[in-house]
Amino acid sequence: MSAAASWEPGTTLPPQTYRITRADLAAYAAASGDPNPIHLDEQVALAVGLPGVIAHGMYTLALAARAVSTWSDDAPVLELGAKFTAPVVVDAEQGAVVTVAGTVKDVADGVATLALDVRCGEGTVLGVPRARIRV
Amino acid sequence: MPLDAAVGRRYRAPAPYVVTPEAVAAFAAAVGVGSDAVPPTFPIVPAFVAVGEFLRAEDVELARIVHGEQRFAYERPVRVGDVLDAELSVDRVRSLGGNDIISTSTALTDPDGALVCTAVATFVHRGAV
Repeated sequence: MSAAASWEPGTTLPPQTYRITRADLAAYAAASGDPNPIHLDEQVALAVGLPGVIAHGMYTLALAARAVSTWSDDAPVLELGAKFTAPVVVDAEQGAVVTVAGTVKDVADGVATLALDVRCGEGTVLGVPRARIRV
Repeated sequence: MPLDAAVGRRYRAPAPYVVTPEAVAAFAAAVGVGSDAVPPTFPIVPAFVAVGEFLRAEDVELARIVHGEQRFAYERPVRVGDVLDAELSVDRVRSLGGNDIISTSTALTDPDGALVCTAVATFVHRGAV
């Protein structure tokens, strides 16, 4: 069994808050093999019509997975995914703060489906973020 | 929309990807977690090699690509020591507001050909601004 006392539909999981800096994006770019300059270079980002340097969508999804791992004490993940619906703009000085909340939607045959809510500031940044884990 | 022609094509990473402890540790550190287990989003690393093959073959500039959606389905967890082949197929290309929306799926398989993880991704190819 995993860390959460009970995996029951409707259970609200404690929100997790993460701060992202541009140094994190540089580390992620190197570790992930994604050298897209829109995550590193303000001028390139602006030139292609973005509001500024944005986090890799995969970085934000990794934070969602991090929250799931925290809630579930590293339970095996069967499915994970989201749409990247709004950019997470990472300010050169302030960085960005991402909050991951979650609710247990369904539990069947030892598999829990989690609906996530991932925000930067007030706005959601992931569309239908969801994970299915073995519990 | 020249990317239309890519629908149905497959793009394979040139060499199998070996999941090393160093690569997992660097990835885990970058996303702020310990490296006892391979992070669930780590399969993007071998999958992205196949994405790179696709972008090169179709002469798409990476800076014009924004990731629209990513979903993983795991047959089993990825482990250190895994050797993974990555093959991307372009499932659909559609045009929306001057951008191309490219739907892909990448199969990560072990040396016996068994599926380890499927990475379904949508990329937005942004038109010139």
